Amino acid sequence: MNAFLNQLPIGLSIGAVLLLVALGLTFTFGQMGVVNMAHGEFLMAGAYTAYMLQSWAGRQAVLVALPVAFFVAGLMGLVLERTLIRRFYGRPLDTLLLTWGVSLILQQVARDLFGAPNVQVKAPTWLVGGAEWSGIRMPYARMFILALAVVCVVAIWFYLARTKQGRRMQAVMQNRELAACSGIATSRVDQRTFFIGSGLAGVAGVGLTLIGPVGPALGTYYIVDAFLVVVAGGLGQLRGAVLAAFVLGLLNSYVEYWSDASLAKVVVFAVIIGFLQIRPQGLFVLRSRKLT
Amino acid sequence: MRKISLGRRTARLAAVSLAVLLAGTGCASDKSTAKTGSAGADTSGDTVKVGVLHSLSGTMAISEVTVKNSVLLAIDEINAKGGVLGKKIQPVVEDGASDWPTFAEKAQKLISNDKVAVTFGGWTSASRKAMLPVFEKNKQLLFYPVQYEGLESSPYIFYTGATTNQQIVPGLDYLKAQGKKKIFLVGSDYVFPRTANKIIKKYAEANGMQIVGEEYTPLGHTEYSTVINKVADAKPDAVFNTLNGDSNVAFFKQLRGTGIKAADMPVLSVSIAEEEVRGIGADYLAGQPVAWNYYQTTEGPRNTEFVAAYKAKYGADKVTSDPMEAGYNSVYLWKAAVEKANSFKPDDVKKACDGVSIDAPEGKVTIDGATQHVYKTARIGVVQPDGLIKEVWASPGPIKPDPYLKEYPWAQGL
Repeated sequence: MNAFLNQLPIGLSIGAVLLLVALGLTFTFGQMGVVNMAHGEFLMAGAYTAYMLQSWAGRQAVLVALPVAFFVAGLMGLVLERTLIRRFYGRPLDTLLLTWGVSLILQQVARDLFGAPNVQVKAPTWLVGGAEWSGIRMPYARMFILALAVVCVVAIWFYLARTKQGRRMQAVMQNRELAACSGIATSRVDQRTFFIGSGLAGVAGVGLTLIGPVGPALGTYYIVDAFLVVVAGGLGQLRGAVLAAFVLGLLNSYVEYWSDASLAKVVVFAVIIGFLQIRPQGLFVLRSRKLT
Repeated sequence: MRKISLGRRTARLAAVSLAVLLAGTGCASDKSTAKTGSAGADTSGDTVKVGVLHSLSGTMAISEVTVKNSVLLAIDEINAKGGVLGKKIQPVVEDGASDWPTFAEKAQKLISNDKVAVTFGGWTSASRKAMLPVFEKNKQLLFYPVQYEGLESSPYIFYTGATTNQQIVPGLDYLKAQGKKKIFLVGSDYVFPRTANKIIKKYAEANGMQIVGEEYTPLGHTEYSTVINKVADAKPDAVFNTLNGDSNVAFFKQLRGTGIKAADMPVLSVSIAEEEVRGIGADYLAGQPVAWNYYQTTEGPRNTEFVAAYKAKYGADKVTSDPMEAGYNSVYLWKAAVEKANSFKPDDVKKACDGVSIDAPEGKVTIDGATQHVYKTARIGVVQPDGLIKEVWASPGPIKPDPYLKEYPWAQGL
């Protein structure tokens, strides 16, 4: 029972990390169908933004970096969309190879700019350490990431459901042709979607500096998990991504506690494969009358 | 306008499975083009070519680039003083790209195209094991500069880093002397940690220590909260850490979050040197012990010289570490052996190597001809808040290399 309680916050915090890295992808991959392998490198860009800002923001760089990283990664995404991806819409396999190439280039660029070794991002002093109640441990950095994930989800939900631009985005996703007929500038909506999706990756990257390495390979550690969450949750489904992230996080934490890290990974993959056999469309599916 | 003939969901799912596949091989195939040296005769003319084969891209670049730098520094220094047997050394640098087959392929290229007299390179045991047959088949020499798991002695490899009895065993002696009885083992899931832990378990059995847990995580793993929970629940006196690469950053950052202090439960690491401390942050590591043979702070005029030369060449903010020093020593050891043999031929160098000794930054190092390992002084250090490592214990003198632990009665049957 104690082990059960102990692993609960850990599962939730793993889920929060998964959710945070996958959120941006629910936009670019989920909504637009772009298999963006360079998503991991936008995480990396966010993390390096925090590193760069340290020189004047000092230990609070992580906080300052959240909005800045959103714009830095967002702009990178926008440039990628404008120059390359828009020429590949509707060709998922080509896009996959294209963005994978871009991701390798970005990794090498980071290596040339910042050096191959990891760099150090100092956490604010109030995020170092953790709380403990009767054997249940919860580091402050984890709580911060959990809070960050919640804030991002609420912000996205508000944007999608309550703003004009967000509703246009949903319209384009549900039926691009009809949206275009109704006078929505779909290509501008695409740009905005890509900007937000990439920007969210930047924000996630800043959060990751608190718990993981900051180096050129950062993106590669999270990209597969991010895709798993989006696919298991159902493409373009915010609630699906949230649910999938936390289910996978909890599953991972319990299996790892009773076995080991390698086996936990195997089990999570096996469960997802099994689940997709039964529900290839993911947890939630968008119902529309579109003919595709 | 989108036109998709294939069902869109099917296409996306296919794309995702491909994505997962590609991401999995991402680092492995992260190859960059290497410059090709021209074919040339072995040692005719007034230069001698040597190969420098490290990962300059991919996941291991983080560590290996620094070793390549110190090898090039040693070559520069030797050239400035007239070279080896009157010939200038000409380095041919190749990128192993963190991919083990690439190491084997590049090693072959250095031998057959560039006709190098010797190769300095490798970091992971996997890369060494990939290169081993190439050097044995061609009867050419490799100098390997990193501490490793022992239980190997190839006739064509010189091991200038520590073997187990020069690093892991002294580390355990140190923990024992500190009165640590219950040890938890944490390591990456590959050959070095698993072999090292086998040795540690034998040692514990013979020395009245208890192993209270053993956890392995995949290479590149970044989620350590469950492992840390298990460690905290097992309440060990100390943790023996054989994690490699970026996993260390995640482990120490997340360990700090639980409020476990180095003073109560030290984590002894064998893969964290000055360079890694910089990437993790001294904040997270201050007070933790590490086991090596050399630190930037090691005292002696030869080390002062080495650190100053390295900083002058690569920047004042750079640090020097154990594998870098071993790489640097490799070039000098090779030079000394060549001069003793008065020949560049691998077999002559091998015959002459026994007892060849140099005054290295870590002190005197001597080649043991029988194993082709070197005598090294073991040192335990503690990470300081400024990121450097302070020595707290050292073996009385250089320890004789014993890769198969033949002289340790408890290690029989490994």
